[in-house]
Amino acid sequence: MSDLNLASATASAIRGAIARKELSAVEVASAMLARIDEIEPAVHAFNQVTPELALAAAERIDTLVAEGADLPPLAGVPAAFKDNMNLVGTRTTCSSRILAGFESPYDCTAVARLMDAGVIPLGKCNMDEFAFGSSGESSATGPAKNPWDLGRVPGGSSAGSAAAVAAGMATVTLGSDTGGSIRQPGSLTGTVALKPTYGRVSRYGCVAFASSLDQIGPFSRTVEDNARALSAICGKDPRDATSAERQSEDFVAAALDGDVTGMRIGIVRDLLELEGVTPEVRQSVLDAAARFEAMGAVIGDVDLPTSKYGLSAYYIIGPAEASSNLARFDGIRYGHRAENPIDVLDLYMRSRAEGFGPEAKRRIMLGTYALSAGYYDAYYGQAQKARTVIASEFSAAFERFDVLLTPTSPQVAWKFGEKADPLTMYLADIYTIPVNLAGNCAINVPCGFSADNGEGRLPIGLQIIGDYFAEATVFRAAAAIERDLALDLRSPLVIG
Amino acid sequence: MSLSEHDVRHVAMLARLALTDDEVEAMRTDLNSILGHIDDIQRLDLGDVPPMAHAIKVVNVTRPDVVTPSFPQHVAVMNAPQSENGAFLIPQIVGSGDDA
Repeated sequence: MSDLNLASATASAIRGAIARKELSAVEVASAMLARIDEIEPAVHAFNQVTPELALAAAERIDTLVAEGADLPPLAGVPAAFKDNMNLVGTRTTCSSRILAGFESPYDCTAVARLMDAGVIPLGKCNMDEFAFGSSGESSATGPAKNPWDLGRVPGGSSAGSAAAVAAGMATVTLGSDTGGSIRQPGSLTGTVALKPTYGRVSRYGCVAFASSLDQIGPFSRTVEDNARALSAICGKDPRDATSAERQSEDFVAAALDGDVTGMRIGIVRDLLELEGVTPEVRQSVLDAAARFEAMGAVIGDVDLPTSKYGLSAYYIIGPAEASSNLARFDGIRYGHRAENPIDVLDLYMRSRAEGFGPEAKRRIMLGTYALSAGYYDAYYGQAQKARTVIASEFSAAFERFDVLLTPTSPQVAWKFGEKADPLTMYLADIYTIPVNLAGNCAINVPCGFSADNGEGRLPIGLQIIGDYFAEATVFRAAAAIERDLALDLRSPLVIG
Repeated sequence: MSLSEHDVRHVAMLARLALTDDEVEAMRTDLNSILGHIDDIQRLDLGDVPPMAHAIKVVNVTRPDVVTPSFPQHVAVMNAPQSENGAFLIPQIVGSGDDA
């Protein structure tokens, strides 16, 4: 047996131990399942745990080891998937009553590719219902908890994907990010969390929220692991016409290198001064910029003046697309169906009313209104024009800079119930939303901790924003700050 | 712009959501609060700006016209609330059925 601590080990350490036969993949799977049994009741990161799939995948890896075959790049790495991604043999519920019991009829491409890379699938992660939320609290199965403080939210919507990694119940997980749903929970849980460029990763098999904004990406404990996961899942998929051809950059090499000498880094000054960002978060970003400068990067200021309207554009475009995408839940072909309908209209209206939770209903209503006759130009049309301006301001900034810095979240993890008003919750994504509207890429990398007020420290996240398909540059910068700060990112649940 | 109770009921019908009276009132309050914020987008002067529907410029993505396997029927109906002989079962749509 190896003395590797699986709750905090990196993907390459686990794969290496298996390759050297210090540890079998089945031992990894069994140990992780035992850890989930122990920790999960307190965290609720999972909607479903899949021991049979995990052990079967582990046995396949052990067979390869026994045969002396080449091991795939993530062989034996414990993984889990947000519950909006299909995987045959699991349910895909989006944490919604309307999809309770839905059996995956096929595999999501990103999930299948991670499986092909050799991961051990431990289960499906809890989330805000249909990814509508920034705290995990809109889940119909009850909220996931933040491993740093179980009285606080892990962020959302990929709440369980973030919490599972931070709690040491998985090494790599997949989330989806429509307005910040990977990066923001990454920030609140002290994990590395990437929203790739739109089109970098196929969306096939991931339940659609807003199709022009949605993108799948990885959570991990280190930048290197994140780069390994992206390498496994990215690239063209004939089943998603918007997916892009596989690029030639080596993400892992960029993450291992981490050299930022001469890199031009812009501090997005006007967004840093927004109302609502806490002083410690703002300072933490400025400190990170100073560290980059000390490492040889060239630091400057940039403004993205229209990005502050991003929230408004997003809360028109996102719900508009969502209201259209969620029209498919009608109680006919799958999902909840109301009892004893009078006619087909009654069946639609009651099935949807009984199946969707309050936030899903709000988004559907908002989107339906924004698209309705008489309001379309004022809302949807105006939002699409704002989107053009936001994207062009990013493009102009990337003529001067290689990457841009902002906070990921304006504040650290908050307590359950603290943001009961929907609008207050929406403001939590002010820094992440503009990137989805423009479609470029960004990562959350932990950059510090809040002051310990007797309740323990909470992670602060730095958002490093890159141009379209500039993930390698983003990984390089993220790896540099990760190495330079050398933070101990083990949550209390991992330290034990 | 501010939504009335009548507006909320109209939108709920368009969205095919049966809301209770309490839900209608809560929805009216929430939507007006949210719209009050997002109305700030009207302040932007965007007259000649072209709209952006999508982040990447892809048009007419094609593939070779080759037949590939698709779902077998039993998979297509496996999550149906009600099915019969491999088909989705739905309430009667044409005619009320009460011939008497």
